[in-house]
Formats: sequence, C-alpha cells, structure tokens
Amino acid sequence: MALAKREPEDSGYDLGPQEFTGSQMIWESLLREGVRIVFGHPGGAILPAYDALAEYEADGRIHHVLVRHEQCAAHMADGFARATGDVGVCIVTSGPGATNLVTGLATAQMDSVPVVAITGQVPTNLLGTDAFQESDVVGVSQPVCKHNYLVTDIAELPLVMKEAFYIAREGRPGVVLVDICKDVQIESGTFRYDFEISLPGFEPWPEYSPEAVQDAADLLNKSERPLILAGHGVHLSNTSEELLQLVEKAGIPVVTTLLGTGNIPETHPLSLGMGGMHGEAFANRAVQACDVLIAMGMRFDDRITGRLDRFAANAKIIHFELDKAEVGKNIVPDVAVVGDLADTLPAYLPLVEDRRHQEWVDTLNEWRSETDEADIIQFEVEELIPPYVIRQLWHATERTDKRVIVVTDVGQHQMWESQYYIHEQAGMLLTSGGLGTMGYALPAALGAQMSDPGALVWCVAGDGGFQMTLQELATIQQEKLPVKIAIINNGFLGMVRQWQQIFYDKRYVGTPILSPDYVKLADAYDIPAAAVRHPSEVVSVLEQAHATDGPFLVDFQVKEEVNVYPMVAPGAAVDELIRRPKPGHVQGYSGVQPSW
Amino acid sequence: MQYTLVAWMRDKPGVLNRVSGMLRRRNFNIDSLQVSHSETPGISRMTFVVDGDERVADQVVKQLRKVVDVTAVEDITERLAILRELALIRVRTTPATRGEIMQFAEIYRAQIVDVNAENLVVQAVGTEDKVDSLIDLLRPFGIEEMVRTGRVALCRGDERPKRKKQPTSIFKAAASLNGSGHGDQE
Ligand SMILES: Cc1ncc(C[n+]2csc(CCOP(=O)(O)OP(=O)(O)O)c2C)c(N)n1
Ligand SMILES: [Mg+2]
Repeated sequence: MALAKREPEDSGYDLGPQEFTGSQMIWESLLREGVRIVFGHPGGAILPAYDALAEYEADGRIHHVLVRHEQCAAHMADGFARATGDVGVCIVTSGPGATNLVTGLATAQMDSVPVVAITGQVPTNLLGTDAFQESDVVGVSQPVCKHNYLVTDIAELPLVMKEAFYIAREGRPGVVLVDICKDVQIESGTFRYDFEISLPGFEPWPEYSPEAVQDAADLLNKSERPLILAGHGVHLSNTSEELLQLVEKAGIPVVTTLLGTGNIPETHPLSLGMGGMHGEAFANRAVQACDVLIAMGMRFDDRITGRLDRFAANAKIIHFELDKAEVGKNIVPDVAVVGDLADTLPAYLPLVEDRRHQEWVDTLNEWRSETDEADIIQFEVEELIPPYVIRQLWHATERTDKRVIVVTDVGQHQMWESQYYIHEQAGMLLTSGGLGTMGYALPAALGAQMSDPGALVWCVAGDGGFQMTLQELATIQQEKLPVKIAIINNGFLGMVRQWQQIFYDKRYVGTPILSPDYVKLADAYDIPAAAVRHPSEVVSVLEQAHATDGPFLVDFQVKEEVNVYPMVAPGAAVDELIRRPKPGHVQGYSGVQPSW
Repeated sequence: MQYTLVAWMRDKPGVLNRVSGMLRRRNFNIDSLQVSHSETPGISRMTFVVDGDERVADQVVKQLRKVVDVTAVEDITERLAILRELALIRVRTTPATRGEIMQFAEIYRAQIVDVNAENLVVQAVGTEDKVDSLIDLLRPFGIEEMVRTGRVALCRGDERPKRKKQPTSIFKAAASLNGSGHGDQE
C-alpha cells in the first residue's frame, strides 16, 4: 500500500519530545511541515497563537501576511498552494473570522487545492454556550472540507496538526481545518512529531490495476478517432511531460478542462484548447465525434459535459482518475484506471501503439480553420474589446523570461483569458473553476506572488469581482509585492448580463455596475496605474506595467456589451453551440484583416 | 431496490454528523440508518438501507469511504446476512381485544413486554417485512406509539466482510509511536 508520497523534505527540526505551549505547537508543527508563510488575521480566540508567533517572526522562521478580510486569507493560501504544489496555510480567529473563511475554503476544496486552515475557538468551558464570537466552525466548514478537527485537549494537538497536513496533501488534495480552543493554545504539554499516522480506511493512493491499463490500451489501439480530455489531475500529478509523450506517440488530440489549461502547450498542433460551455466549436465537436475518449484527472463537471446523456455519445470512455468516487459519479466509463497518473501514465505508454490518426486530425484541422476564419481575433479592432486586450497581454508576457502566472477572476474575462491567452504550461493559469468564486483573483495572485517573488504575476479581474476583494491592494503594498493587475472594466457583471441578454430577453436586472476611478483608487494605495480606453494604447501601457518595479494596475475600459462565444446553453449538448456572429455583424469589429 | 451497507468508523464526536451530512449533501436516499458499537472498542458500526439503483449504491459506498473517520465500508446486499429490526409497539386494548392481540403477537413470536388496563407493548424482532406485517395486523386495534430501530445486519459464517485489524483509537498510534502507517486497510 502506497505510503505518503508528498511528505515535505526533512525540515531539520527536532521531532522528539519537547515541552511547548499549544500556541507554540501550532508554529512548531508548521515548521516541521515546511511552512514558512501564513496568511491570517488575528482576533481574541487566536491571540495566544499570535503572541507566540512573535518569536518565530523575529528570527524569520515564519512570515505572517496580514490580510484585510479572512476570505482572502483562504484565497491567498490557495494561490500559494496552486503556485507551489505545497500546502497553503491560513490562520484566523473564531466566530466571524472563521465564518469569513468559508468561501475561500470551499473554493480551494472544489478545485482540489491543499490548504490547512487554523481557527481559534472559544475556551473549552464555553463551548456550546453561544459565547462571544463562538460559532460551530467544524459544523459550518464540514461540507467544504476534506476533513476537519476541533481540538479540546492539548495532548491531541501535535497528532491533529500532522494528520491535517497529511490529509490535505496526500491523494487528491483538499482543505483541512483545525479549530483550536483558546485554553488549549495557552496550556503547556509535550510536543512530538515523530509518530506515524494511522488512518485506516483513508486510501489516498489506490494502487492501479495493470489489467485496467491493458484494457485502456486495447481500446485506444483499436480507435480511429481518439481524444484526450485532460483535467487538473494532470497538473496535480505533474505528468504534463508523460501526457505529451502519449499524445505524440499515439497521435491523440487533446481537449482540456478549464483547470487543465496548459496541460500540453496550446501551440501544439494536437492541442484543441478548452472544451465545454465556452470551448471552441472544434473542440466540442471533437468530443462528440471521437470514438474513444480518454478522460484524465477530471470529474466530468457539467460545464465540460453539457447535457450528460448526449456527451461523447459515440465514444467508449476511459477514465484515468485518482479519486475512486469520481469514477461513475457523472459518467460511467467503459474502462476505469484508478490510480495516480504518475504511475498509470508511465504504465500506459509502452502498451500504446505508435499511430498518427491522420484522417481524424485532418478533419479536426478543417473544423479548426472554419472557426479561425470567424474568430474576432482575426480582425482589426476599432474599439477596445476584451479578447484583444487578453491577446496583447499574452504577447507582452511572452517576451519575458520570468515565470509567468496568470490569475483570473470569474466571469467573461475569465473565459476570454482561457480562449485568447496562449498557455504553454500547466499551472500557469490559476482560476476558480469549480466554485467560480468572484473576488478570487486578487488575493490568489497575491498568494502566488508570495510564493515566488521573482515571477511575473498578472491578476486579470472583472470590474465586479475586483470590487469584491479590492481591499487587498493594501496587503499588496504592505508586502511590497509586484503583482500586476488588469481590470477588464465593462461596466457590467458581464457574464450574468450575457445570460440576461440571451436567456432573459435582455432585461439587465442588477447587472450594470458602477466602478470607482481605479487610477485614483490605486493612487490612494500608492500603486501606479493607468486607464486604457483605446486599442492603440494597450501595448504601451502593458510595457509600462512591465517596466515598473512593484505593482501596477491597468483599468481597461472595454466595450460594454460584448459576449463570450461560442456558448453552450446550460442543459444543451456541447455540439449545440451558439456560434460566434459573423464579423461585421458585431459592433466593434470591422471585418478587416488584422494588423496585430 | 434496497441495498444494505455496513460501515465502520472511528468512534469520535461528530462522526455521525459527518456521515449524515455527506449523505444529505449528496442527495442520497437513505431509508434507514442505525449506529452502534462494534466488537472493537473505539469503532462504531453503522448499517444503512439505501434506496436506489446500483450506481447510487456504488456512489454511497465510495463517498462513505472518503469520509476520513470511516475505516471500512461493505455492501452486503448480495451476501447471506441476518437482517433484523426491533420494534416496540404500544397497542390500545379493551378486555375484548386483549386476547386477540396477544395471539397475533404469539404468531409473530413477538413478546408482550408491558401491560396495563388501557394498552400493552409488543416487542417484535424480525426482518422489516415481518415487522411491517405485524404492524398492519395491530393497526386496526389502535397503535398509540411505536418505535423501530431500523435494519441491523450481520453476515452469516463465511460471508463475513473481510476486514483487517483496526486500531482502537487514533491516539493509540501516537502513543505507541510506531503505528502501522495507513497500510492496514481493506
Ligand atoms: C461570489 C460570486 N457571486 C456571484 C457570482 C455569479 N457571477 C458569475 S460571473 C458574474 C459577473 C462577473 O462580473 P465581472 O467581475 O465584472 O466580470 P465580467 O463577467 O464582466 O468579465 C457573476 C455575478 C459568482 N460567480 N461569484
Ligand atoms: Mg464586468
């Protein structure tokens, strides 16, 4: 049986018994888990832990990032975790501090991001009395956590901390919350970290069946029109390389999910980009036309499948997946290969025949060229439209030799980013896919930047989502982080407006949204900024942003009522697309061939 | 169809809540759920009756296995198992009906565990079908109060689910300092 795979490197800290207070135990555990940065906000019930932190901050062993809202502590820990693959940690007080976390925890859990959240709780003698700032945090967070704990006895604390990290990180990653009563933080006890964890029934790394791998190979080797649908699991298992080998050996085109973006370079001839609700027509047609669909590390979310009973109706389905419960949840596969892709892909490769599938690839390329001809990106722009902004952002970041991380918020701009930014690597796009949490981008970008100060981190947010968490501009300044911010400011909660336009007779209820003057706002935080109103200004302002040390904010005041196409209506099959209107029919596009 | 599932879990505060919360959240249809101690101290045993098709039962099993405190889950629907339920039924009596009620109870091998002038309490043990039909018989007399445990199940002889040893508590591992990792699972 596979043991821990993701254990942190030996921290060098003493694991044997030592006397500590509960508060110290929290930090000592973090050190042994390799944690150096935490995101948090103090309050009464976590004060003892904060007091103890002084000693760890003083000698630089732990750095605490003070957030401006606890939701953002969770998003930052999430951004940090996605950018590094390590566990992100946040720490907040009881009651409102803890309930504020919940959205951030749910966001991370839905996207399989390893996060450990530490919350203070009222003292044990007040539990259950509706004490000041008491809330049932274990109860409230349970449905959005992989596991959680209430610690009422200091003797349990070291084991609980170790289990928390173990559970968060091993197998399919997720969120673990540890709620620690205030008196437990104050008491002293024996701390040790040298025990092994025993969790019977917790099976993070199921062993794969070689027969299933063989069956999957037999199916593929007989296929004329195979297709891979690659999800977040490929990135989580760090198997982009193996995936590429498979793709090139067996000549299989690849569609990705939103979180699978960049699993193979999007410039690769066999990359079809994202599928699903806002996937390109050729990608969705490929799903419907393939005869074998190999789903890898993905969970058949409704945004990717559309109408389930018509999804990949002509295909035998092979599902490579780590989490057994995902197999058969939405789609019953013909062959299930349960296990870590890092084991199953290398086992699969030698069994797969060298093929080109030329006819199939030619067909797909034909479909692709039809789409390309109609794509707005092919035409000269007269007005500032978001796809143009995104494409220019890609051009601008393409030229840097820094590691590039793009963090998107939720809405139209998120879909445009996925369509018009060209991702060369898994993990370069961080976005809230499962929960679709507006307000995610800014704090998550901050968390990602904390993990890699040398990276070029772009936060791409809508005017709606940005206004949900913009208070973290202060945190960016306090931490002196060079996060670059692009606001795609269309004066609307654009994605909802698009639905209202298409499905609700254009009644724009509750979607027009006023923004502050973002340049002035940035100025208030002492962050350099510029507003862009015309396509001709885009390139130079992006250059200015990159030339500026430290943060920079760009307010892209884009054309208001632009829609994301193609679009699969909710409940429709993925090939029942609303296609892009022909150029010339859409205001803002001239129909003239591009100069950019 | 009805599926009988058995799950073992660490006996810790809130575990029942974790399990029932998951079942509610995932919209599973549970006909009955019964919790008790198992033969192993520190491990509780739950018996579920799930209403649905094979896919639903499969999902319930898999989702239960994902609950960290759940140590093992078995679908024993296809196994030879002893399925039982206990019911306590308080039935209204008159001097004229008491004898008849007692006769019915006897036919069902149920016991009379409390009697007074106005009513008596029948204790029935058996499969749910059997308990159902006894209740149907008693209903015309007037059932004043009733409680049923829901299904409990134990496999016969060789049909036992094969589970390896379980630690009695999570802290045992810490105490012994050389716990077995998490390798000893089903
Ligand atoms: C917290 C939260 N509330 C509501 C929604 C529903 N929602 C999805 S997209 C969207 C509009 C986002 O508007 P904006 O941030 O301006 O981005 P745009 O779509 O205009 O690019 C809304 C309200 C959500 N995803 N998250
Ligand atoms: Mg907007």
